[in-house]
Amino acid sequence: MAQVELVHVTKRFGKVTAVNDLNLKIEQGECFSMLGPSGCGKTTTLRMLAGFEDLDEGEVIVGGEIYSSSVKKIYIPPNKRNFAMVFQAFAVWPHLNVYENVAFPLKDRRLPKAEIKERVDKALQHTGLTKVKESYPNELSGGQQQRIALARAIALNPTVMLLDEPLSNLDPKLREEMRFEIKELQRKFNYTVVFVTHDQAEAMAISDRMMIMDHGVVQQVDAPMKIYNHPANKFVFGFVGLSNFIPVRVQEGGAVVESAPEAGVLTREIPAGFKAPSATLACRPSEIAFVSEGEGGVKGVVKRRAFLGEVIDYRVMIGATEIRVQKLYRQGLLREGETCYLRFNRLHWYEA
Amino acid sequence: MKFPRLAKGLSGLKKFGVAELVLLVSIAILVVVVAFPILLIFWNAFTTPEGKFNLKDVVTILSQPQTYEALWNSVVIAAGVTALSTVLGVFFAWLVTRTDLPFKNLMKLLFVVPFMLPSFIGAIAWKILCSPRGGYLNVFLVNLLGLEKAPFNVYTMTGIIIVETMYLFPFVFIQVSGALERMDPTLEESALISGIDLFTITRKITFPLITPSFVAGALLVAMYSLSHFGVPSVLGQNAGIYNIPTLIYQAIHASGGSFNAIRTGTVLASLLVLAAALILYLQNLVLKKGRYQIIAGKSMRPMLLKLRGLRVPMLVLSILYIAVTVLLPTVIIFLVGALKTYGLPLKFTNMTLDNLKYIFTWKMTRDSIKNSVILSVGAAVVTMLVGTMISYVIVKAKVKGKFILEFLGMLPYSVPGTVIALGVILAWSGKFGINLYNTAGIIFVAYIARYMAFALKSTSASLEQVHDSLEEASRACGASHWQALKDIVLPLIKPGMISAFFMIFFPALRELTTSVLLYGPTTRTIGVAIYALHEDGETVYATALASIALVIIVIGEIIIRRLSKAERRNA
Repeated sequence: MAQVELVHVTKRFGKVTAVNDLNLKIEQGECFSMLGPSGCGKTTTLRMLAGFEDLDEGEVIVGGEIYSSSVKKIYIPPNKRNFAMVFQAFAVWPHLNVYENVAFPLKDRRLPKAEIKERVDKALQHTGLTKVKESYPNELSGGQQQRIALARAIALNPTVMLLDEPLSNLDPKLREEMRFEIKELQRKFNYTVVFVTHDQAEAMAISDRMMIMDHGVVQQVDAPMKIYNHPANKFVFGFVGLSNFIPVRVQEGGAVVESAPEAGVLTREIPAGFKAPSATLACRPSEIAFVSEGEGGVKGVVKRRAFLGEVIDYRVMIGATEIRVQKLYRQGLLREGETCYLRFNRLHWYEA
Repeated sequence: MKFPRLAKGLSGLKKFGVAELVLLVSIAILVVVVAFPILLIFWNAFTTPEGKFNLKDVVTILSQPQTYEALWNSVVIAAGVTALSTVLGVFFAWLVTRTDLPFKNLMKLLFVVPFMLPSFIGAIAWKILCSPRGGYLNVFLVNLLGLEKAPFNVYTMTGIIIVETMYLFPFVFIQVSGALERMDPTLEESALISGIDLFTITRKITFPLITPSFVAGALLVAMYSLSHFGVPSVLGQNAGIYNIPTLIYQAIHASGGSFNAIRTGTVLASLLVLAAALILYLQNLVLKKGRYQIIAGKSMRPMLLKLRGLRVPMLVLSILYIAVTVLLPTVIIFLVGALKTYGLPLKFTNMTLDNLKYIFTWKMTRDSIKNSVILSVGAAVVTMLVGTMISYVIVKAKVKGKFILEFLGMLPYSVPGTVIALGVILAWSGKFGINLYNTAGIIFVAYIARYMAFALKSTSASLEQVHDSLEEASRACGASHWQALKDIVLPLIKPGMISAFFMIFFPALRELTTSVLLYGPTTRTIGVAIYALHEDGETVYATALASIALVIIVIGEIIIRRLSKAERRNA
């Protein structure tokens, strides 16, 4: 049985449908992330799960019990759900010190003193805050403040842990570090984690499965690698990882670049069902190879070359179409203005 | 630590340039207008006319029963008004920001309306309504319920406290509702999801976090109330209740400005200054200690408490509160202002427009309107311009010795209107070469001293938002210092200057506390005229003039709202 289940969930704000008929099952112990551009409905979904927003349609079921239901008029308030949540703006209480921040919810439950101390100390230890437990939040860095929020969530021992863009307010280096900390804590305690982010690298690094949303509609739910390699549609392809979208004309003998048919054939394999004269081909910059003249590549000219460290980023013009290519810099350099030939591997076909 | 800075400041003056000149001029203005009169008060209180130190008179004055009774009354009134304002302000602020009360935005506006009603006019209205001898509300209730005696007596300490609270509570309301609105809602949500109920969150999270705001509001109320003249004067004198400002007024008026009366006044005024300084010190202490970052990063709607069954009763309560504190007194002012004779029943057949006609033809009242308009426009323009210059030096100029200016600029915040009036009497009565006594000029300098703080606050706030790089960018593009100032800085701070103008113009238009000590036979202001007419028992004319004042204030407020809305659209 799924730990968290959303059934036909819909939420509207005025005329805008923020979440449209969402169905989702998250398993016990799973780290699940919701990914999408801002305004796609991911945060609204999380807030409905938390109980901060009510549902216009549908049901939220946790551990087999209905938590929210628009039809049965059931609504369990956030404070009765036994969840924990970490917010983007940290939301640590500035008038309480680190220890008190973590202990406050436990004290409110009137747990025995010894148990509170044990749980708080354990949570602080796991988040590396033991040394600063007497400090106040304003004396600590952003990363430490977010660790307080994490410690507070751990100490609650929740059935589901909700993370609302918890790393977005941190600087990039710390962000990467904390990704792994969160993942490690999740594995250690086997929490069910629902993680909202707009950063696809973060989502891929942390989650067992992820959901891509756009305009309130679910685009794809799957494991990160599956989504990367088999994106369900053009939006998902574009949102996860780097991408080229090439408008092509489908003709006798293969697909050619719309703006420069004479440059050469991108591929001769046309999937069944693609009768239309025009299509869009999608390709990752790293899946494009430079080949020698006469090997059947598509002819182009290097417009820009940028050195990104391990990788060289090329912008190649085929007619009026710009193609992004990334190659390891040890694989040889092309000059700006040089003519080159491109071979496209792993092309994805989409309607024009 | 002060001395090295002072030494540095003095050595800086050797390199004399435009900035130094402006600094010196600014300091000179503040010294002459603000610091010197206040120093004179202390000097006068603690020396004999021959200039010898004198504590005996101070002790004598302080040991008179009427002094310590007045002091006690001041403290009790201030404490009562502060407590009541805080309870009402916090409650209503919470109601309009954190519950699902209907028509919240409208109610939020309405709760600030009491600010528009001058408190002494409010006090006159309540006197008319709740005087134990023939107050309209009392008579109405006696007849309605068949009571033996009047249910309300407004000539009491309780009466003064309640009426003052009605017009001062918006200080707390504005501070607290602002803090509640700006507060990051996730601070409360994170508690809610951690299993804590809304009541505990309000008690243990929300209130501790807004404490600095409501303490700041409460101390502002305390400071205002402690030095407040209008309400205690209108309601207290009949019952022999004096506070410090009314006692000063009484002492000076009874003797026609004799040396002894002024001496008594300055001793009492020194007490007021000390009390105000103490309150200001406490305020700084609280603000420093409790400055938490609680402002939200991204704006989101806070959790609203569902009032359910209490929704309508709470709305009714709020509307009733506004109706009783604002509508009822305003209506009574207009009705009584139209009565043929005071005391007649409030029937349409007893009404006439002759009072209004008389106000506009009678020289005394006509002059008072003219005086107030000229004085407040003049004071607002001058204070705004001088304030802008001083703020510019404080915020932008790279010049040594500006800490003197910062200190002098802080001074007017803590000086009550009564004290300013006494100070300008001492400074501008010919003792130092210029005699403005009994002229409009003395009221003018008093207004400048009194409202300088407002101008500094508003213009320095908008100057702080103009980042130095904007001015530097225009300088880098080849503009001269003056061009940069004229084309970049001034247009950007124009809204701040305009709001400074109105922040001075409106309070000055209805000013009473200071003018009542300074007016001469031909220099009555609207406030003074209303007050004097009321004192003389000309209640009908007093209320007729008050209704004209109210109309001017309301029309003015509507115009500023329109203007500032248009300004915001353009920005």
